[in-house]
Amino acid sequence: MRKACLQEVHRLAGVDERVVFIGSDLGFGTLDEMRKDYPKRFFMEGISEANILGMAAGMALDGWMPYVNTIAPFITRRAYEQVIVDLCMHNVPVRLIGNGGGVVYAPLGPTHQAIEDLAVMRAAPNMTVVAVADADEMRRLMPLTLNESGPIYIRLAKGYDPIVTDDSQPFIIGRGLPFQKGKDLLLVTTGIGLRLARESMAALEAKGLSVGLLHMPTIKPFDSEMLLEMASQVKAVISVEEHSVIGGLGSAVAEVLAEACLDKPLRFKRLGLPDCFADSYGSQLSLMAGYGLSADGIVEAAKGLLEI
Amino acid sequence: MSLSTTELSCCDERSSSLRRTILHTMRCGGRGHLASAYSLVEILRVLYDDILKIDPKNPDWVERDRCILSKGHGCLALYAILADKGFFPKEELEKFCSGDTILGGHPEYHKVPGVEATTGSLGHGPSIGVGYALSARMRGNDARVFVITGDGEINEGSVWEAAMCASKHKLENYTLLVDYNKLQSSGPVAEVQPLEPLADKWEAFGFAVREVDGHDPVALKELLSSVPFETGKPNAIICHTVKGKGIKDVEHNLKWHHKANVDSELMDSMFAELGGE
Repeated sequence: MRKACLQEVHRLAGVDERVVFIGSDLGFGTLDEMRKDYPKRFFMEGISEANILGMAAGMALDGWMPYVNTIAPFITRRAYEQVIVDLCMHNVPVRLIGNGGGVVYAPLGPTHQAIEDLAVMRAAPNMTVVAVADADEMRRLMPLTLNESGPIYIRLAKGYDPIVTDDSQPFIIGRGLPFQKGKDLLLVTTGIGLRLARESMAALEAKGLSVGLLHMPTIKPFDSEMLLEMASQVKAVISVEEHSVIGGLGSAVAEVLAEACLDKPLRFKRLGLPDCFADSYGSQLSLMAGYGLSADGIVEAAKGLLEI
Repeated sequence: MSLSTTELSCCDERSSSLRRTILHTMRCGGRGHLASAYSLVEILRVLYDDILKIDPKNPDWVERDRCILSKGHGCLALYAILADKGFFPKEELEKFCSGDTILGGHPEYHKVPGVEATTGSLGHGPSIGVGYALSARMRGNDARVFVITGDGEINEGSVWEAAMCASKHKLENYTLLVDYNKLQSSGPVAEVQPLEPLADKWEAFGFAVREVDGHDPVALKELLSSVPFETGKPNAIICHTVKGKGIKDVEHNLKWHHKANVDSELMDSMFAELGGE
């Protein structure tokens, strides 16, 4: 997905002269082709997140469209005030590309794990927040970023993630993607949550459940309308995200459902990372599974909500 | 170079007039960082009178020079000069900080014509300025960038990240001015967070450095007219100033950093000292 995203930045630089790339001491050779093709619009700066965000803001205020890339926690935590003041208050078209959202960097420990990035970005006025599920969806997203006038946070997954999306419906920033309608249970996903949901479908359906699937690659602006339409058809809703249960997709879903004052009671569960820092290493998937964030975990959560 | 306050020049009528405008604005708003604005008056006046290529009728002119007041709390001085230049009507100053004005306690980009960045949280202006300077280079135009920081402000690490970046890119079109008035909110700079040797620091970060009496319009104009000072280097100007310059009771007086609710008797005497009614 990262490769697809950065290849797109390179391609977009060819079709739109506003596109600039700014990296923060990224791995050797990153976007070498773009560096060769558009040397004036390629910047590989030092380890200085606050500075590169301010610099990106200055460029954007002057008509450029900078795509800024570094590791997700560094781009969101380290320079949050630059995100708020320089990007959001000026409402400029800077794109933040965060490598390794969630617990991709499981072996590197909690300093490198973005467990609250969606929450803090979602709380920033003017910020658009996107977490796509796979490289194909990333390729559908990226051209659309040229049309957005404010800042965007793009969360990257691990890379080489299985393809779980298709182009049967158009990708629109701010629009949910209903992959399947259901009568009993609705799974709402963002990022690689979609993959887990897809993996759990067979087991859920084997238990006789009619399962709906709504993918929300855009966390903000949030497609409340689509959520309510699909949630009104079912008895229970489970949100699935590789993110703290505080402030991300689960919170967005909960807020919408609670404020909708639905006529019939709806059972609801947020499936995500608990409110703690990882205390073990291993792999992304093993860490997630340990928190019940897996296909099996979705089935268990469904058991807790419905009589099955 | 070391300048004691007694050696610093006195204010001429142009400066006094701006200081009166600032005081009037503060009186109308009932608040404002007066002392922080007064140390800036000559720096801003020379920039806007003699140096910046700007057009108040066309504030978004793409070829313009940019001036970023990174120490946003000094905005009373910026507002006074922007109004004087015709970026917005002078009457707006009387609404300072009210519920119905473009002029808040810190300057906002979207609201105030002529303001090039929303500042107030310290340490942001230098990097935004680097972005502007790189933008001018990408466009191939001659626009220059002037960033004014406080002395306390450069305690912020982000300032030095920007400094390294400006130096790496050899941004000759980038000039950072430090309003070195020797006081920050909690006490003397020399005690709170010593900056000396300040010129050496900027030098070490790859800047061409000059020092100047920040209240001497002639010296400021001469210096600012001669940027870039050296080939391939960004410029740093250490402006030796007096916080609260222009009114004896305010000068170098810690009590004045956040002072509000000045009674009318004191206000009148301050106006008198500035040669006003």
